[in-house]
Amino acid sequence: MVIDPSTSNQEWDLEIKPHDSVLNLHLKDVWNYRDLLWLLVRRDFVSFYKQTVLGPLWFFIQPIFTTIVFTFVFGGLAKIGTSHVPHALFYMAGTIAWNYFADCLTKTSTVFKDNANIFGKVYFPRLIMPLSIVFSNLVKFGVQFLLFLIVFFYFLFKYHYAPAELNGDKVEPNLFLLLFPVLIALMAILGLGLGLIITALTTKYRDLAFVVTFGMQLMMYATPVIYPLSEASEKYRPFIKANPMTGLIETFRYGFTGGGQFYLDSFLYSVVACFVLFFLGLVIFNKVEKDFVDTV
Amino acid sequence: MGDIAIKVENLSKAYQLGDFGTGTLSRDIERKWALLRGKEDPFLTVGETNDRATAGTSDIVWSLKDINFDIQKGDAVGVIGRNGAGKSTLLKVLSRVTVPTRGSVKIMGRVASLLEVGTGFHPELTGRENIFLNGAILGMRKHEIKKHFDAIVDFAGVERYIDTPVKRYSSGMYVRLAFAVAAHLESEILIVDEVLAVGDAEFQKKCLGKMGEVSKGEGRTVLFVSHNMAAISNLCSKSILLKHGQLQTLDFTHTVIDKYIRTGENSDGQVNKDDIIVKQHSTKAGFHALRLLSPAKGITADFGINEDVIVEIEYDVYHDGAIVQPSIHLLDTLDTVIFATFSAPSASSTVDQFYKVPLQKGRYKSTCVIPGNYLNDKNYKINAFLVPEGDMANMAIAENVLAFTVIETGNMRKEYTGEWWGVVRPKLAWQTEQVL
Repeated sequence: MVIDPSTSNQEWDLEIKPHDSVLNLHLKDVWNYRDLLWLLVRRDFVSFYKQTVLGPLWFFIQPIFTTIVFTFVFGGLAKIGTSHVPHALFYMAGTIAWNYFADCLTKTSTVFKDNANIFGKVYFPRLIMPLSIVFSNLVKFGVQFLLFLIVFFYFLFKYHYAPAELNGDKVEPNLFLLLFPVLIALMAILGLGLGLIITALTTKYRDLAFVVTFGMQLMMYATPVIYPLSEASEKYRPFIKANPMTGLIETFRYGFTGGGQFYLDSFLYSVVACFVLFFLGLVIFNKVEKDFVDTV
Repeated sequence: MGDIAIKVENLSKAYQLGDFGTGTLSRDIERKWALLRGKEDPFLTVGETNDRATAGTSDIVWSLKDINFDIQKGDAVGVIGRNGAGKSTLLKVLSRVTVPTRGSVKIMGRVASLLEVGTGFHPELTGRENIFLNGAILGMRKHEIKKHFDAIVDFAGVERYIDTPVKRYSSGMYVRLAFAVAAHLESEILIVDEVLAVGDAEFQKKCLGKMGEVSKGEGRTVLFVSHNMAAISNLCSKSILLKHGQLQTLDFTHTVIDKYIRTGENSDGQVNKDDIIVKQHSTKAGFHALRLLSPAKGITADFGINEDVIVEIEYDVYHDGAIVQPSIHLLDTLDTVIFATFSAPSASSTVDQFYKVPLQKGRYKSTCVIPGNYLNDKNYKINAFLVPEGDMANMAIAENVLAFTVIETGNMRKEYTGEWWGVVRPKLAWQTEQVL
């Protein structure tokens, strides 16, 4: 066909090329698809409670039972200290915070595999999928957080009106409680960042998928979820502190209960690590996303 | 000349066959290193085309190779080619599902692509919820979907079930709803893969009508892949012909369809002696070769619906004085015999000089012509027989010895585009008169 010279210099809305700048993260595209993000979150929520008898009650059942088991095993049998925080409160704080992070990570880490079919048939910014996972989990976390608040206020009242019943345990919320939204956001982007890296790598090296579930269990024990950092021996403390979740969980628990202390170094380290891993995850994900359809 | 909506330049897409990636960390590193130094990827061999029939020398196959074309705004363009010609890959690249290996595509306007009907439908959600979800997946904003919501429901005809989970829908309703969402997208460019293969004839007609409306009425650009030449010739003024991942032609649709049939690459229109699987041998005669020919392009297994199908049987007669009668059966793919024919004067429209003539030892060739405008657009098979006179038990039989495809060209479908029933489709005499 003859190319009209007047149109050869035309401005294009879209150019599809083999290679793209590594740093072009198509974030504007993601913004254009924000409606899809909310619809996916809604889909996850609706389809979750439609398929179950107990519906959203499941959101409660899991943390309640985990807390009971932890209280019995680690508090009762192993007698691991909880920095004078009531056991139930201590374990529940750790559990719901850890679960949010772990859910974000594990669900994100299979995003390519789970959505291979839809990704192979239609274009939308792939990042929408992992983002929807993070927000879906935030809904779940919100529900569990309500449960936590009930337990929290129960012990807070008890501490103020009947401290004798607590056997010396304390509940002393402080100003660090205000960091709570920041902590949740940081956990989200840390889980998302790591998940993105893993899902990108699993498209090539499948074995990683098996490592994730197992690795998350181990990682929980390398994070002060069932014990306070102060209880860990000096020898292992640097390793535990190298885990970016440590600073976040410790701060979360300290803000609400006053148990343990605020480790500024750990916290700052966590913030930096979260952003670095998140950015790294975005870059790798964007690189793999473009032609992963050809390799699955 | 109007604006260009899609400009494709030197577009190539390579796929790696077999295992790749895993286990070849050394190769991964080698490739990375070469790319880092700005060199060509050492594992992309240049120049190999994608032909499934011949084994390539490397693991890389070029699904698309150096494709160049422009599509004008408002054009409806058909994409034609055999399985594996690169049609779907082209659509995948254009709809950004995958990236090209080389070259570029420039696009003016928003693209909505429909490579599959109902992508992202969730069975637990209601029809209403799925309309919004699917619309958003296809790139619509919520307010746009709201604007078209009534039109979508109306087109799909599912008003009564709109608040029922789609898992309770019949498959027809499901497909109708899914197509309706896509057809009402507010995009300047609509890319549609073979999605109309699903659904009944009435629905297909409705979809085609909607697509015609989209391209002609609303002035949007449509790119349409189909094996249904009738649909393409009705809908698209221009078409692209792909072969082995390369662009053959971009021209007016009828020219392209004509060329598509003429370049029948399935050259299995002939079987020779050693390849003929003979079910029963005869002591009097044996097959030498069997061929299918079209008057225009010689030996082929693909025939346009209006083309004659010439069946040639070449056979050796073993003894002087034998009387041998060749015969064929035409079968459909379900092995139903459509007809049996031989050269008896009362059973053929021509006179065969050698009918019932004692033959000398030697090689003979008998030809039978199945006229054009007679078969339907289906696959057919041929059984061949050599029957010695008065000795039926001693005949040579070759079953399913030839197979061929009759391809719709749109020649007989100017008025009707739905599915055409029947194993044959003869042109018959029709008259209507007023009797009262």
